Amino acid sequence: MGTSQQPLLNVRNLRVTLRNGLEIVRGVDFVAEAGKVLGIVGESGSGKSIMMRAAMGLSPSLSTVTGSIRLRGEELVGAHERRMQKLRGSKIGLVFQDPMSALNPVITIGKLIAEAVRLHNPDMSAAGVRRRTIELLDLVAVPQPELRANQYVHEFSGGMRQRVMIAMAIANNPEVLIADEPTTALDVTVQAQILEVLKNLQTRFSIGLILITHDLGVVAGTADTVVVMYAGKVMESGAVRDIFYRSRHPYTRGLLSCLPTISGNRSRLEPISGSPPLLSARPVGCPFHPRCSMAQNTCRSEEPKLRQVDDVLTACHFAESLRGVATGQWTSRAEHA
Amino acid sequence: MSMVLGAKAQGKPKITLRPVLIAGLLIVGFWIVVALTIDVWTVYDPLKLVARKLQPPSFEHWLGTDALGRDVMTRTLYGARYSIAISMIVVVCSVAFGSLVGAMAGFFGGWTDSVLMRLVDITLSFPPVLLAMAVAASLGPGLQNTAIAVIAVWWPVYARLMRGQVLDVISRDHIEAARAGGASSYRLLTKHILPLSWTPTIISATMDFGQVVLLAASLSFIGLGAQPPSPEWGSMISDGAAHFYSWWIAFGPGVAILSLGLGFNFIGDALRDILDPREL
Repeated sequence: MGTSQQPLLNVRNLRVTLRNGLEIVRGVDFVAEAGKVLGIVGESGSGKSIMMRAAMGLSPSLSTVTGSIRLRGEELVGAHERRMQKLRGSKIGLVFQDPMSALNPVITIGKLIAEAVRLHNPDMSAAGVRRRTIELLDLVAVPQPELRANQYVHEFSGGMRQRVMIAMAIANNPEVLIADEPTTALDVTVQAQILEVLKNLQTRFSIGLILITHDLGVVAGTADTVVVMYAGKVMESGAVRDIFYRSRHPYTRGLLSCLPTISGNRSRLEPISGSPPLLSARPVGCPFHPRCSMAQNTCRSEEPKLRQVDDVLTACHFAESLRGVATGQWTSRAEHA
Repeated sequence: MSMVLGAKAQGKPKITLRPVLIAGLLIVGFWIVVALTIDVWTVYDPLKLVARKLQPPSFEHWLGTDALGRDVMTRTLYGARYSIAISMIVVVCSVAFGSLVGAMAGFFGGWTDSVLMRLVDITLSFPPVLLAMAVAASLGPGLQNTAIAVIAVWWPVYARLMRGQVLDVISRDHIEAARAGGASSYRLLTKHILPLSWTPTIISATMDFGQVVLLAASLSFIGLGAQPPSPEWGSMISDGAAHFYSWWIAFGPGVAILSLGLGFNFIGDALRDILDPREL
């Protein structure tokens, strides 16, 4: 990274509010660096997708976005629609969750990708566009790209479709690539391949990849830094190793203990009891307290601020009490305490 | 069922020539050929008095003669020109205008949607024939004005149809994906939304040709459409009504309206089966 360069994507105090007053994203801060992978983890409804849509100016029409999203220093919140249109697809690429429905079924794959190229290179020759299309299909490892370019979406399998989505998203060498649950709709065996394609492209073109997922396993293998979100807020963030081994937040720990391990003791998985709060009925105090086994009175009244505890930024009043507690054992310890 | 679906998923819909489609094409084709070529081979002049008045069908005059002594058969064949022309003009104009309004309402939503669709609601709340009569009467008689009157009644149907389709398509993921790729609103609408929204409109339009033939003839029947002496089917039936016991005067144009309407409906029906994957 350059010495005085602005961070690639700098998000400060981002809030997304629906017109009916419900706040979906409640003051989120994070930084995405060029050439790094940022994992944003959270359950369904934690606001992670909406947040990234907001960054692209694609938030639902009935919502308002406040705070700041800076792309290399350029403010995106409140930017003119024309400017956003220029940025979308050229500086910021988006890979959708469901490749089954996110590709236009009446256009051939080649034309779909060609459109993505031509939107930001209107002067490129037809042959040039064609060459780039084939090159892109090749980059995402679609076999026989010349042949496949003339086929329609329904002739592609789920994994191949997701590759096409990725090809479209990187068509104009974006600096930021946002992948919104790119593997959720796919078979487990295909998930790994898609992640590999993403990771390869990210390293090769030094893209800042933002990987949105509810699957910590996906993040573990690919991300450099992780942001854990819950109920529209950041619960914890830090380097991927620190989050996995030195987490200071009961929610992150809860998510981790839901993951099956290959080695080690084969204890029962411990799910987090209960379900995420409704948008309309978010608890006072720490949003996680109704489901947290460590919750005290303070948690029910005071909302914890994000603060540095050891190696991570965490939002828990009792973060320090998790020091020295190995991940995976904490639940039972906390119950005895 | 699944086999049929599978076959459809393979590519372009297969147009099977089912009997209904053949019948429809034959009937409509017959009338179009007649309308285009009648000048060349007609035996009588549709406007000349060629025999004694109110003659029943005979070998010289297959459908008899009317109250002035004109050949009903010749006039019926000439009438195809009016009906086909007016139905084409009305359907094309209504589809164009209605679809434009509907697409804008669906795409932009909000105020645009409310204003445009209330306009549609207001128009649709009148009984169609009554509204067409009112418009035709206020514009004055004549074929052109009939066309305008019918268009005024017909476009809202397409507006609703198109709006519904656009709303359906616009909410699909690949539209947002196209937007995320940097496509402008205009491009989204023309390249991504409209091509997926046409099918119901096309089907409905073919079905409507017959209806328009009927409505235009109705207006002529009550004296608001084509004016005498032009051989328009509606006004010919109106003539026939005045001479009730000379049944042949109304018989020719009556059968003509029936057959053309039926022909258009046959085609529309068959097209719907071919184009609409939900109707198998």
